[in-house]
Amino acid sequence: MASQQQLAGHDFHEVLKASPFHARVEEQSLVKNWMSWNGYQTARVYDTLASEYFAIRSSCSVMDLTPMEKYRISGPDALTFLNRLVVRDISALKPHRVTYVAWCNDEGKVLDDGTIFHLEPGTYRLCSQHHQLDWLLISSLGMNVLIEEETHEVAALAVQGPTACSVLTAAGFDTLSQLKPFGITHTLLNGFEVMISRTGYTGDLGYELWVAPANALALWDAVFGVKQRGLYDVRCIGLGALEMVRIEAGFIMPGDDFNTAETTVRAGHDRSPFEIGLGWLVDFDKPHFTGKQALLKEHGQPIKRRLLKLAVEGNKAPADSFLYDGKRGRRIGTIKSHTWSPILKATLAMADIEYRNGVVPAQIWAEIYYQKELEWRATWARCTISKAPFWAHPRRSATPPQRC
Amino acid sequence: MKKYDAIVIGAGHNGLTNAAFLAKAGLDVLVLEKNEYIGGATVSRELYEGWKYSNCSYVCSLFRPEIYQALDLGRHGLEVVPLQGSTTFKQNGDYFGSYHQPTVRRREIARHSKRDADASVRFDADLMKWCRLIRGFLLRTPPDPSSLKMRDVMEFAHLLKQFYSLSESQIYEFIRFFTMSIAEYLEEYFESDVILAHFSGGSIIGTGLGVYSPGTAYVLLHHAMGDIDGNVGSWGFARGGMGSVANAIASSFKALGGEVRTAAEVQQIIVKGRTAMGVVLTSGEEISARVVVSNLDAKRTFLGVMDRNDLPEALLHRAEHFKIRGSSGKLNIALDGMPVFPALPPGSPLTLGHMHFTDTLERLERAYDDWKDDRWSADPYVDTLIPTQYDPTMAPPGKHMMSVFVQYCPVEVEGGWTAAKRDAFGAAVIDQIAQHSPNFKQLILHAEVRTPREIEAETGLTQGNIFQGELTLDQLMFNRPFPGYAQYRGPVKNMYMCSSSTHPGGGVMGAPGANAAREILRDLGRTDTTPRDFGDD
Ligand SMILES: Cc1cc2nc3c(=O)[nH]c(=O)nc-3n(C[C@H](O)[C@H](O)[C@H](O)COP(=O)(O)OP(=O)(O)OC[C@H]3O[C@@H](n4cnc5c(N)ncnc54)[C@H](O)[C@@H]3O)c2cc1C
Repeated sequence: MASQQQLAGHDFHEVLKASPFHARVEEQSLVKNWMSWNGYQTARVYDTLASEYFAIRSSCSVMDLTPMEKYRISGPDALTFLNRLVVRDISALKPHRVTYVAWCNDEGKVLDDGTIFHLEPGTYRLCSQHHQLDWLLISSLGMNVLIEEETHEVAALAVQGPTACSVLTAAGFDTLSQLKPFGITHTLLNGFEVMISRTGYTGDLGYELWVAPANALALWDAVFGVKQRGLYDVRCIGLGALEMVRIEAGFIMPGDDFNTAETTVRAGHDRSPFEIGLGWLVDFDKPHFTGKQALLKEHGQPIKRRLLKLAVEGNKAPADSFLYDGKRGRRIGTIKSHTWSPILKATLAMADIEYRNGVVPAQIWAEIYYQKELEWRATWARCTISKAPFWAHPRRSATPPQRC
Repeated sequence: MKKYDAIVIGAGHNGLTNAAFLAKAGLDVLVLEKNEYIGGATVSRELYEGWKYSNCSYVCSLFRPEIYQALDLGRHGLEVVPLQGSTTFKQNGDYFGSYHQPTVRRREIARHSKRDADASVRFDADLMKWCRLIRGFLLRTPPDPSSLKMRDVMEFAHLLKQFYSLSESQIYEFIRFFTMSIAEYLEEYFESDVILAHFSGGSIIGTGLGVYSPGTAYVLLHHAMGDIDGNVGSWGFARGGMGSVANAIASSFKALGGEVRTAAEVQQIIVKGRTAMGVVLTSGEEISARVVVSNLDAKRTFLGVMDRNDLPEALLHRAEHFKIRGSSGKLNIALDGMPVFPALPPGSPLTLGHMHFTDTLERLERAYDDWKDDRWSADPYVDTLIPTQYDPTMAPPGKHMMSVFVQYCPVEVEGGWTAAKRDAFGAAVIDQIAQHSPNFKQLILHAEVRTPREIEAETGLTQGNIFQGELTLDQLMFNRPFPGYAQYRGPVKNMYMCSSSTHPGGGVMGAPGANAAREILRDLGRTDTTPRDFGDD
């Protein structure tokens, strides 16, 4: 007979899994607007989108990051393995540093993007949006490397916003002011270990805090204790507000802004790093990495399409809009994601655009359908390409962070 | 004497579909069925008072929604209710549940193997690639690759175009897929024994091959390419049993002016001067028609209801060698209550779906070994369902009906089948289920036990082969049933084939019937009443 533990392993009632922070998340959620993020019950909104957005941009926001896929990678070949996996050269990634990466299949199509944390000499954590264990194991054939999924074994909170450093310092973390962007520090809080990285998906000053699930609630309470003491405002944010700020910051979302290679059914619907604006990550000087041959070949040819950051004229949401090379011109692309930016008072979007003969279209127009009191209207909006992130504030990288 | 525009021999769901589209074009159509009831292998009968069985086919997915819509089957009483999930019970008391909720399913796969949970993403996407390709050909007549007729050349070009819409690596994969065994194919994705066994079951159903036989990977696709309301790969119950499919088509056909005669077995197709003229019934009655369409399998059509002297030698040779081995059995069981499955947690939704009890590839292969030796599998692969958990029309309240499809059961056993041997086969199946359900045996009120012999005797499926001919590459597309005869036209003028022996093959799909109607109407110069593929893109 199977062991009791094995048999008790599954609860079919639990369609969405509760994260280690769930007791607090549930309490804080006023509107109970839930969604699934990697199978976890996740808040889309806690209260109002506006208040959550401004928590990120004007004070301090907290988000449960546990559902993000996490893999621990160790063993003698860990670095060789990772450097062969990703398109970027990470051989110089020092311990206690983090870097942004993307990885491809042999055809040079992007499987996912994510971050690599050099936790301690020779041991790494790979964080990704999608499930990657199968690909990591396939890619590790013949290497002396241990790959363990640890999504459920590590609880994580993102604390982001201009007062994030002040809030965390007030919560009892006193080592943060010298932590540089993409740095990692280890500290103790009330006797338990907390790893803090200066990373995030908001484009603002911010940190990510990593603890054992057993300490999750204590960590949460320490952060929100600052608010209770009346020092700073701290607010929970859901994935809705995160979507707004990540577009402002120019971060892409695999699965939304482009189809990841492993899930692509139709030929040509997957994308190379060059096509999604991640060409800067690709390092052809590395001896070898998966997809290198295909990317080298692609690199020598005119680019066919690109994911572009567009500022869309006016205030009408370009949801699902087609894009044209002129007003009523030829169709050249579609909007992938978009937001209204309260701080820039502008409509921002990520768009997949065809390049004819490798040339960026001279003009881009969006045909927008919008609705007022159930009546549909159509309008045209001119789009302007933004090379830089729409929003890049010096406080994101200032060390020590400004006190505010 | 009355002359019909068309006679369709056999009131299987394809014969009825074919007849309905002909009637829709204004033709005067007669369907002749040997049994006293219609439906062929798509039938529900009450063999025990108060219970309705889906005697042969039992779940629906392949049936083309285009046909459903064009024949207005919803208004003629058809409802296909999606069924949820599937389970493989393990011998150690555990189980693997493929839940209908994706997040729950994923976590359950991870309980058996974390890696397999991620691999299933790759597997699903890859299978969808092949589904997408093949689905586009279901409502099309296969081209004759040797023909230089404009239509064939264009259709073949279309086929190649679809094929080359795959990427280079997909093309290599696709060719491998068609020739691989399901076990080897799945082992490129999964590591857990129970998951390998669970996903390979669909590849041996109805097939005289084992999980390690090349060609079985395609059979999986044949079971995954259907859809319910756009959910590709999902299956459902026809409310009232599978007979509701045939009944709804028949009702639509009659509303279009068509006529069905049951208890009217055709003895032979009358051919004069290489042209079909009508049929003669076993009663001696002759009925003439402009067009004669056969809903019988290719063997029974050419070797059964046609005179050898009317047929080319090469075709007879093909018919004789048509691969149509029977390999399946079926039990339909009336139950006094709901069986319990103690391995499942209380209230588990898994009883709502397919239940299997074979947890390793090795056991599946052993079950095949028995069949090769002309024995029924001592430890068979079964696909068990209890539709009365959803369907209030098939059993009295609180009572249940269980449908058990059994792979493998041979056409012949040593010394020949007898009633006692048939019952021993049934007992082997019941014992296997009872190992996982302690109250099951006490609940049995009545059981219909069918070996290939009973299936053949009743439906006329040669050897009881459920697909009217095996689904191997040599018998698919322009090779189905035989090269040169894949466009539904028979060897004599005005004679056609519309059965599962033709493209795209077996299953309750309706596509062969509709495709044949298109060709007939074309030859007669009538308006095409058959629907166009909705298309996936
Ligand atoms: C046990 C079993 C389980 C199955 N399970 C499924 C399933 O779950 N899902 C699925 O999609 N498919 C299933 N199938 C396959 C599917 O049922 C068949 O492929 C399909 O029903 C065949 O339809 P058809 O119209 O082509 O032929 P048939 O249904 O075989 O129809 C032929 C008709 O011709 C009649 N006939 C024969 N000879 C004569 C004659 N001389 N004169 C007059 N009439 C004659 C027969 O009585 C019959 O009515 C199963 C089949 C079997 C046997």
